[in-house]
Amino acid sequence: MIAPTRRRMLLVLPGLATMGRVSLAVAAAGTENRLVVVMLRGGLDGLGTVVPIGDPDLRGLRPGLVPPSPGEPGGLLPLNDFFALHPALAGLHRLYRAGEVLPIHAVAPPHRNRSHFDAQDYMEIGASHRLSSGWLNRAAALIPASPAVPAALALGTHTPILLRGPAKVGNWAPPAWQPLSADLSSRLMRLHARDAVTGPALAEALHERGFTDAVLQGHAPPPPNNPFTVLAERAGLLLAAAEGPRLAALDILGWDTHTSQLARLGWELSRLDEGLMALRAGLGAAWTRTVVLAISEFGRTARENGTGGTDHGTAGVAFLLGGAVAGGRVLADWPGLTPNALFENRDLRPTLDLNRVIRAVLAAHLGLSDVALADVLPESTGAQPMAGLLRG
Amino acid sequence: MDTSTAQALIRFGMGRRKGEALPGDPVAWLRQQLLQPDPALAEPGPTTAQALRAIQRDQQAMQTMGGATTSQAEALFTPGIERLALTPVITAAPFRERLVWFWINHFTVSLRGVGDRRSLLIAYVREAIRPHVTGRFEDMLTAVMHHPVMLLYLDNISSVGPASPFGLKTGRGLNENLARESLELHTLTQASGYTQQDVTEYAKILTGWTFNLDLPDQGTHFALSTHEPGPKTVLGETVPHGAAGLARALTFLAHHPATHRNLALKLCRHFIADNPPTGAVERIADVLRRSGGDLGAASMALIDLPEAWVPQTKLRGSADFAWAVLRGLGFDTLPPDFLGFHLFALDQPLLNPDFPAGFPDTAADWGNGALLLRRAEWLVALINFHQDHDPVALAHDLLGAHLSETTLATVRGAASRRDALVLLFASPEFQRR
Repeated sequence: MIAPTRRRMLLVLPGLATMGRVSLAVAAAGTENRLVVVMLRGGLDGLGTVVPIGDPDLRGLRPGLVPPSPGEPGGLLPLNDFFALHPALAGLHRLYRAGEVLPIHAVAPPHRNRSHFDAQDYMEIGASHRLSSGWLNRAAALIPASPAVPAALALGTHTPILLRGPAKVGNWAPPAWQPLSADLSSRLMRLHARDAVTGPALAEALHERGFTDAVLQGHAPPPPNNPFTVLAERAGLLLAAAEGPRLAALDILGWDTHTSQLARLGWELSRLDEGLMALRAGLGAAWTRTVVLAISEFGRTARENGTGGTDHGTAGVAFLLGGAVAGGRVLADWPGLTPNALFENRDLRPTLDLNRVIRAVLAAHLGLSDVALADVLPESTGAQPMAGLLRG
Repeated sequence: MDTSTAQALIRFGMGRRKGEALPGDPVAWLRQQLLQPDPALAEPGPTTAQALRAIQRDQQAMQTMGGATTSQAEALFTPGIERLALTPVITAAPFRERLVWFWINHFTVSLRGVGDRRSLLIAYVREAIRPHVTGRFEDMLTAVMHHPVMLLYLDNISSVGPASPFGLKTGRGLNENLARESLELHTLTQASGYTQQDVTEYAKILTGWTFNLDLPDQGTHFALSTHEPGPKTVLGETVPHGAAGLARALTFLAHHPATHRNLALKLCRHFIADNPPTGAVERIADVLRRSGGDLGAASMALIDLPEAWVPQTKLRGSADFAWAVLRGLGFDTLPPDFLGFHLFALDQPLLNPDFPAGFPDTAADWGNGALLLRRAEWLVALINFHQDHDPVALAHDLLGAHLSETTLATVRGAASRRDALVLLFASPEFQRR
């Protein structure tokens, strides 16, 4: 099941459980390019994040959910004549103006479902039925890896479906208790050596600790008040290491804004913004070779619901950011918000298949061939990769 | 301890307590636990009405005194959750207790979703879950769907029928969260093929069900002012306007074959294997169908499945693992920081999962190396203060016929008594059930 030529490592960014609702997994590969997938779990409200202020129907649909206009105190941050960014995303807005952020609107994964769990699962699996691996894992398995390089790390005890599969991925978490002595570690490993489940898992976890300890030595972690920031910064440092991983997946929860959305979304977006800036800082010079893809399982209803929030919808917004991204513009084939334009008279209508974005990034940034892409996203061979998303 | 006794204590129970007498007839011992009432119900515990009153008094104190008071609700919650976390360690009915936690997880209400109303969660376990573990599924479903903390957790208290008097006046509308999770997780699952229309109709049936802190003794009540008028139809079943609509819908959902399949699969996954044999799942589903959803009968049938007596097929989740360790060491109180820190760091904060789907139940979720290392590190920290045991004797006592030569040799050859105990509890056999 595990390719014998590839040595894989699993890291769990410690203290994850104590730190709250974020986790990070990282995979290494034989490329200098870095790809980070940030999963915004819970269904990000695209219309409240990259706000189509030029659409005449917006405010009628959601009178209580639109932040003040650009220029007003706490107002939206203009992207162009039609779209503006939520005011909590000040860091992203700066990067947008530097041409390093590409918001992609009215986008949805091809396998649509208004259940969080199914929608997330299928988005991570990359198919309409339950395979036993995630698409980023299958991508990792196709990238030539030096045996000296740890192929996969996870920050957080929980490896997401996105990174589960034959290319093994692990975890790292800030130590909750004293690490085991060398003697006890080796006895524990021998005790489990013949166990098909726990044996390989323990061996990898012990091996990988050596790598992360070496990379993170001397880097004091950011204050832990925003756990996503801590994990993002650690991810950046590990990805930046010359022998480090090249693929990572980060989770950030909190987007299921059925109630009191105006306040909650601002708070969650400021956490996201701070974390993405910390990821960039951790990556340092490697940022120029980085693509970050931030995606959510679905958007939310266009109309405000009865409780100052929004319910599970369809299309939403995704972000590409990084030094390798051809940003500074909004990518959208805008469907409009009239009742007829809405999907099922309720949701923003999808005009772009998310897999066209993913395929473009995997091809242009990781150099995967059409044949390889058919392995990674087996049902999306007809989804033409979007051109021009990346620089050069 | 022979194989079948070890299996009864470890597979169906919570692991052997240090010094616990062995049952003469393991199968009879398991059955007896299902026939007798839950011993935890004999203890006093906060009722839903008490919790609601305490929350109300806290709010009144906040208004009159600005909050400089001790919380009455927290005075119910803190001992309540400590008692909940200790019961698996000391219970003499561990099979029943396993079932209690299985159903708590099936009908997840997470602490992260209920804020300062969390004392209600303690009453919820006591009133909506425990009394029905060997009763009818319909009764448990009905109790859960009417409990204030579920109505709060999945947002039903803020759902308004758009055509109800209140909806027409305010323009407020549906929140379909509870309807969706109830269909997907608690009853039918998506395999049944329900549609968005079914979710919306079920959400309309649920409108009006709420609770009112101004009238705490009332508990849950039905408010016609927010109830969507007219009959509603879910999966072809039409139910009437009003409070009777929910009762009819719950009866329909509780006895639906897709619900029986869902419950059978989850029970078999919990008590047999991550991918349980189809025949076993079908037998449990069949028992549920023939018995009208009798959970006691389904639990009895689990004992009778030969597949459930194949040892060591399941990796313990972290709470089950930690409870088994505390039982093995003979704890009769919780170690300090057990709830607030240990279970968080072991990736299973009690009653506090991320999602309404609850905590996962397979080796893919619990078998990662970093977590296994962390379990060993926790054992070192714990056993540093609890070394007063004979490791070899304890290994035989706790694992019986499941104890492997490798583990026995490792325990015998450990560098210290502490390390011997750590290696016993961190062994492959002890991580499994």
